Amino acid sequence: MSDTTNQLLNNLNSLVTGLFLLTAFGIVAMRQARGVLFLFIVQSLLLAASAVLLGLRYTSHHLYGVAVVNLISKPIIVPWLLRKTSPSEVYTRREVDQVLNIPTALLIALALAILAYFLGLPLLNAVAPEFRGPNVPIGIAGLLLGAFTITVRREALPLLIGLLVMENGAFLAGIDIARNLKMLIELAIATDGLIIVFIMSVLTRAVQKQVGTTAVGELASLKETTVEPADKPANHRNDDERIFNNAR
Amino acid sequence: MFNHILFNLIQVLVVMAFAPLASGVTSRLKEMIQSKRGPSIFQPYRDLWKLFHKDEIVSEDSSWIFRFTPYIVFVTPIFVTLLIPVLTNYPLFFAFMGDMIGGGFILALGGFFATLAAIDTANPYGPVGASRTRMVGFLAEPVFMIVFFTVSFVAGSTIPYIVQEKWVTPPANFFLPSHVLLVLAFLMLILAEGGRIPVDNPGGHFELAMIDESKSLEYSGRGFALMKWGGQMKFFVLLCIFLNVLVTPWGLAGGQTLGAVLWAIPFVLFKIFCFLLALVVIESSLSKLRLFRIAEFLGAAFITSVAAMIAQVFLP
Repeated sequence: MSDTTNQLLNNLNSLVTGLFLLTAFGIVAMRQARGVLFLFIVQSLLLAASAVLLGLRYTSHHLYGVAVVNLISKPIIVPWLLRKTSPSEVYTRREVDQVLNIPTALLIALALAILAYFLGLPLLNAVAPEFRGPNVPIGIAGLLLGAFTITVRREALPLLIGLLVMENGAFLAGIDIARNLKMLIELAIATDGLIIVFIMSVLTRAVQKQVGTTAVGELASLKETTVEPADKPANHRNDDERIFNNAR
Repeated sequence: MFNHILFNLIQVLVVMAFAPLASGVTSRLKEMIQSKRGPSIFQPYRDLWKLFHKDEIVSEDSSWIFRFTPYIVFVTPIFVTLLIPVLTNYPLFFAFMGDMIGGGFILALGGFFATLAAIDTANPYGPVGASRTRMVGFLAEPVFMIVFFTVSFVAGSTIPYIVQEKWVTPPANFFLPSHVLLVLAFLMLILAEGGRIPVDNPGGHFELAMIDESKSLEYSGRGFALMKWGGQMKFFVLLCIFLNVLVTPWGLAGGQTLGAVLWAIPFVLFKIFCFLLALVVIESSLSKLRLFRIAEFLGAAFITSVAAMIAQVFLP
């Protein structure tokens, strides 16, 4: 392939990874659970795009396979599975409680992204020049930002998405390092991800049935307060409403 | 030499003549998208004409700042016009005087005096708007800094004529992640600095919710006309910086002849029209943010600009 085409493909791939990083930041900061899910879908599409661009650049058919598996599993099956199994409260409620306020969380996320660069640097220096793409450092950044999302969020669905962002990050780094992985392994990883989603959302449903909320961050304080019996109608959404009901 | 001075003057005239038109087109498009008819696109010209022929009332308790400010607000965008590429892709006579940071400083000077003048008359709404403008301003400042750092990091310069070359030579550079992310970040900055909808409502008439408008509440007659015209020119100049320097250098005059420079005017106006279409869609599909959510909006802009820098560092 000619030099200009290669350069164009390299730049497009960098652009896609840059946008991938941006969606990871968005997932850390987004308020609504629905918005987090939307950003996750966009991120998965960007991951598939990066796989296609790298496949074109290095003429590797396995990467097309990765893109197809990704396109089917993440943007289509994961949201469908979540809709089917998660309680609808997850989508209707606005999530406002985060451990940190949003600007602070974003600044820490920024520090993590810069840390990812220093983590990726020795790896990049150790390999042949053709492997020195932006995928590895940005993949590591995605991994860290996903872990950070799990740390700061207190709502079930964003926690789950944080886990999937970690997987996306690992994938983004993986498609650049191992360009000719067996299809079987890709499929196994994709199925694993789906099973995690399934189990987690069933768990969320169980939690919601038991406690009446999907804000799992509040579970830490259950020991100190008295829990209402599970057979009572679980209609209180948050503390304000509970107090209001008691007052009546 | 003489040519370049002439072209510089043409640039200034273009900005002065078409800035009200851009404002008129925006409000007309906005009304159309909301299925109303809207005023004529020439309405801002009529407003200016009317205001210039009205009496001006100045409070006895105001100082020289209040009387002086309309002229500064009017003149600063014109100074910036001398420095930036509005019609040509080669530097003109005055371009040696400042780079993009210099232009930013000059525009900020106008904003600074407008804020002072708002406090000067002790009208109850003026200081509210002024302090809010300062809040938006100091939140936008770090984003401006990072954008300029990234530009100078990528292009090796903050002189607009060198920067605009960089994005298209070779053409693949257009898709650099730093370029696209910078454009996104600067778009959010324009929305914030221009007082557009997610940050401020330019069509609002409710004083308590105003940010930008309330600074010129005390002005009347000629002073108000100059403030209005200056504000429109400031937005026009910001659009020129955004479209001609950061997005694309396409459509600018490359030749040294008068014909080439005049021929560039419709292209530049077309680019601005396309941007205004996008702006109107953005403004009509979003709602105004609550005051303390503005920090989050500009935080997002900051993250985008830093992501541009990180993506540039990560390039092989």
